[in-house]
Amino acid sequence: MRMMTFAKRCTKEILRDPINLGFGLGFPLVLLLLLSSLQANIPVSLFEIDTLTPGITVFGLSFMTLFSATLIAKDRESALLQRLYTTPLTGLDFIIGYMLPILPIALGQTIICYLFAIPLGLTFSINIIYAVIGIIPMAIFNIALGLLFGSILGVKQVGGICGALLTNLSAWLSGVWFDLELVGGFFEKLANVLPFVHAAELEKALFHGDFEAAASHIMPIIIYSVFATVVAVFCFLGQMKKQ
Amino acid sequence: MQAIKTMGLVKRYKNLTAVDNLNLEIQQGELFSLLGVNGAGKTTTIKMLSCLTKPTSGDAIVGGYSITKEPEQVKRLIGVSPQETAVAPNLSVKENLELICGIHGFSKEKTKAKIRELSEQFTLDTVLQRKAGKLSGGFQRRVSIAMALISEPQILFLDEPTLGLDVIARHDLWEVIYSLKGKITIILTTHYMEEAEALSDRIGIMKSGHLLAVGTVEELNRKAHTNDFETAFVSIVKEGAL
Repeated sequence: MRMMTFAKRCTKEILRDPINLGFGLGFPLVLLLLLSSLQANIPVSLFEIDTLTPGITVFGLSFMTLFSATLIAKDRESALLQRLYTTPLTGLDFIIGYMLPILPIALGQTIICYLFAIPLGLTFSINIIYAVIGIIPMAIFNIALGLLFGSILGVKQVGGICGALLTNLSAWLSGVWFDLELVGGFFEKLANVLPFVHAAELEKALFHGDFEAAASHIMPIIIYSVFATVVAVFCFLGQMKKQ
Repeated sequence: MQAIKTMGLVKRYKNLTAVDNLNLEIQQGELFSLLGVNGAGKTTTIKMLSCLTKPTSGDAIVGGYSITKEPEQVKRLIGVSPQETAVAPNLSVKENLELICGIHGFSKEKTKAKIRELSEQFTLDTVLQRKAGKLSGGFQRRVSIAMALISEPQILFLDEPTLGLDVIARHDLWEVIYSLKGKITIILTTHYMEEAEALSDRIGIMKSGHLLAVGTVEELNRKAHTNDFETAFVSIVKEGAL
């Protein structure tokens, strides 16, 4: 009950921020539109709508990190958290209350991306449902990163780290914008160690119904999600104690 | 009956001693002000008493419970209005009040009744549907104090409640605070002499983490051999405990 009340409040705070909505939902759609238009004029296999859309849904998740980190950092700076720390809310109530509302937003964003891509030529099939479900582990990873950054950074720093750095890293290292094999070397190795490219490949595989390929990419994402969640919880409880 | 008793309360941050060996007793129903210049240790004292910060040593009994051993029980008895405005900015005033009601597990009926009661008490009726972040500083502080009162606390901590407000908003808020006098125990921090003088039953003067003097305005004036409280405050702070 207590936790759900807090989660409801977090949902309202996020959804009532026009910048959040504009960037989180609008930006991936604009990219879909622009890149599919580009592909129509200069054919690039990477930007074919059936390949591009799953990648864009993964890229869109980086905004979930920005949402949750900004909300937590703002709460810390505004002393709202200080007030709430004097109530019977527990550490677990806070953590779930911050993380839970962003998951449906992430799923909503993914669904909107796929629906938006259908008139642009996306193949409509039952696999879209699998792809939407398959995004959950990566969404948890991004939300946990938000909890982590929101616990240790201020609002301005969150804007720089999550708004600029993370969205770019997620874009470059996911192989959505360019073929990582073409870059090769250390960059490709680094991309393969991190979860972004696996998340993009998982989405593509699920969308194309290639479950064998999907299975080979899901493990690294789950490991990263669990690890990020544990570190984020630790950092959040640490700052809570510090308060 | 005592609402708060501190016993050798100390808070150290690396090389800085923010509060040093604080021994203080506050009676139930009393409005007690902690007065001091910036850095006196007022906010740190409130943070320790409201279980936001653990003391480095010493202890305090708040409403019969130890802040170091029974913080959860203490949290059930207190309400806190922090120094900075602590409202959810994108939520309406009503939603802010509902948030705290929900956190304290109130039923729908009790929530409605509580919001009605507090909006009357704090004249919030006209702003109930407005976003809290868009209100004036004075109204935000009112909402903040109303939120602190939702849990029907026995002890209310108000940390610099009128800081940064214009003179009218400050006087309006004084009226609100005055209306609470005697109903619950209030611990208020301020660095405004006239605020402490107008509202308090007793005043504790702090400087550099030390409690220099405690008493009513008259007692403190007598101690400093003056009839003017500001002069008394300056003498006490400049000359230690006199």
